Amino acid sequence: MSTSVRLAPIRRRWRSVGPAFKWILLSIGLLAALIPFIWMVSGSFRSESDLFHNPASLFPTSWTLHGYQGIWQELPFLRLLLNTFIFAGVTTALCLLFDSMCAYALARLRFRGRNIAFWLVIATLMVPFQVTLIPVFIELFHLNWLNTYQGLIIPRATSAFGIFLLRQFFVSIPTELDEAARIDGAGHFRIYWQVILPLAKPALATVAILNFMNLWNDLLWPLVVTSSPDMRTLPAGLTLFGGEHVTDHAVLLAGATISLIPLALAFFFAQRYFVAGVATTGLK
Amino acid sequence: MTADTIGRGGVRRGGRALPPAVSTDKLPESRRRRFRWQPAWLFMAPSLLILGVFVIWPILVSFWYSLHNWTIGATDQPWVGLGNYVTLFKDPQFWNALGNTLEFTVASVILLVVLGFLTAVALMGEGLVSRIFRSTYFFPTIVSLTSIGLVWKFMLDPSIGLVAGITQFFGAAPIGWLQSTTLALPAVIFVAVWKNVGFTMIIFLAGLKGVPQERYEAAQLDGANRRQLVRYVTLPSIRPTILFATIILTIQSLQVFDLVYVMTGGGPIFTTDTLVTQIFRDGFVNFQTGYASAISWVLFAVIMAISAILLRVFRYNDVD
Repeated sequence: MSTSVRLAPIRRRWRSVGPAFKWILLSIGLLAALIPFIWMVSGSFRSESDLFHNPASLFPTSWTLHGYQGIWQELPFLRLLLNTFIFAGVTTALCLLFDSMCAYALARLRFRGRNIAFWLVIATLMVPFQVTLIPVFIELFHLNWLNTYQGLIIPRATSAFGIFLLRQFFVSIPTELDEAARIDGAGHFRIYWQVILPLAKPALATVAILNFMNLWNDLLWPLVVTSSPDMRTLPAGLTLFGGEHVTDHAVLLAGATISLIPLALAFFFAQRYFVAGVATTGLK
Repeated sequence: MTADTIGRGGVRRGGRALPPAVSTDKLPESRRRRFRWQPAWLFMAPSLLILGVFVIWPILVSFWYSLHNWTIGATDQPWVGLGNYVTLFKDPQFWNALGNTLEFTVASVILLVVLGFLTAVALMGEGLVSRIFRSTYFFPTIVSLTSIGLVWKFMLDPSIGLVAGITQFFGAAPIGWLQSTTLALPAVIFVAVWKNVGFTMIIFLAGLKGVPQERYEAAQLDGANRRQLVRYVTLPSIRPTILFATIILTIQSLQVFDLVYVMTGGGPIFTTDTLVTQIFRDGFVNFQTGYASAISWVLFAVIMAISAILLRVFRYNDVD
């Protein structure tokens, strides 16, 4: 009792300091979140000797573009960029189509075996990706699909999580809409394509962004499926070249900076889809 | 997902099952037929085919490999039964990798849940400043672990890194974080936490928004102060969110690969080696397919066991 009385004025003073203290801590966190990116971009414009002589500096003492010239000479960078766009873009498009089709059947159609199909899809979510990695690698080897786009894309062209998310969304769409369309003579495909999909745009956008981001950033999968430098994607390429050929830090930082630009732009314009996707799932 | 949404009758509303969304068996003659082609399977064909060939079948095959001394390309794949698992439990490298993985997981999950919760509570406001802070904290979540690993590897470098520069500025000798057998794992944990604070914060924000305002008002009427509000209203109300965040982060952390591969490659002297880096090394560098498959099944078992423990722990505390 007596201690709490004695502490009361201190507590009161603390309460007035509290908010300021909170924002100081938050601002330190803000700097901690930003500085590595500032350092990355500025490092991509710095020379090797600048980095060695002024490690404490956040900004270049003199700006140079040799990092951005080096990525084209020391790496097959254009090819890496193109591969990453093809891998992430095509896979995302196929995923949207296949996942939504499967989700449509699971959410809107009645048929024997539906629950089994649904639980089979959900069950695949429980098993870590690494368990299937080696057998899939051997399958792709036998199909002669290693180091090919189809090898990179097809095994990833559907995602159980996407199916689950879209199914949950489709279930919430009123059934009266399909019934009205059916009375107007629409078949399953028309109902799926012209009634359900247009209504599911927010869910589709969330799945698309999440997929694209994960594929664009993926390291382990492209590392396993591709071994020729020409078929690598940006993360796999940067990692391997970083370990082997390229010793110039600015070159790798330039590569990391460029590989970040598409996602950063998407984030700037469609942040809420990133947040929605991330809040409902675990991602890498 | 609830049993309600998975039930047979399609959409359920107000406890009454609505008629089937698209009734395919209205006609009496079709009922008499034993098998009837369902368009549903056509809709599911691409996904089920891909999942079947590239997920479900490989899961079975992986277990099959793990029972053999399987080597890629060899003509003879001798059956060893549980031999790989026996070898595994005597393999110091496996115990080292498992230990590192658990250390990484426990440390990063605890730090993330605490920091994620605190930042979410601090940044719940709808003001512009809170929004800018939230976006910035979240930003590292979208960046590839490769880029982040690369940048932090350079920043922690004793000769060119910003961290070394700052330590030198204060007159101390620069530290080779990732070259040290004792500091490399904590450094990787730090980077993982740095990347995922914003992600955890978003999960907690979603949970915090779902807490009914009346609970706070009732507690305030009873004279609760701010700390008591957090302790007796917020925390119990968001227990499902804490569980969700903990499980998601745990599963993700147990599978750590990218950061370690980029920052340390598992070194120095295997002090940052994890289960998945060991799977990658044994499976794709040493081509010990059977052995690597066995490790992946142990990883699966560890994930299941820890998830079960977490579910148990959180339900055990459930008093209301």
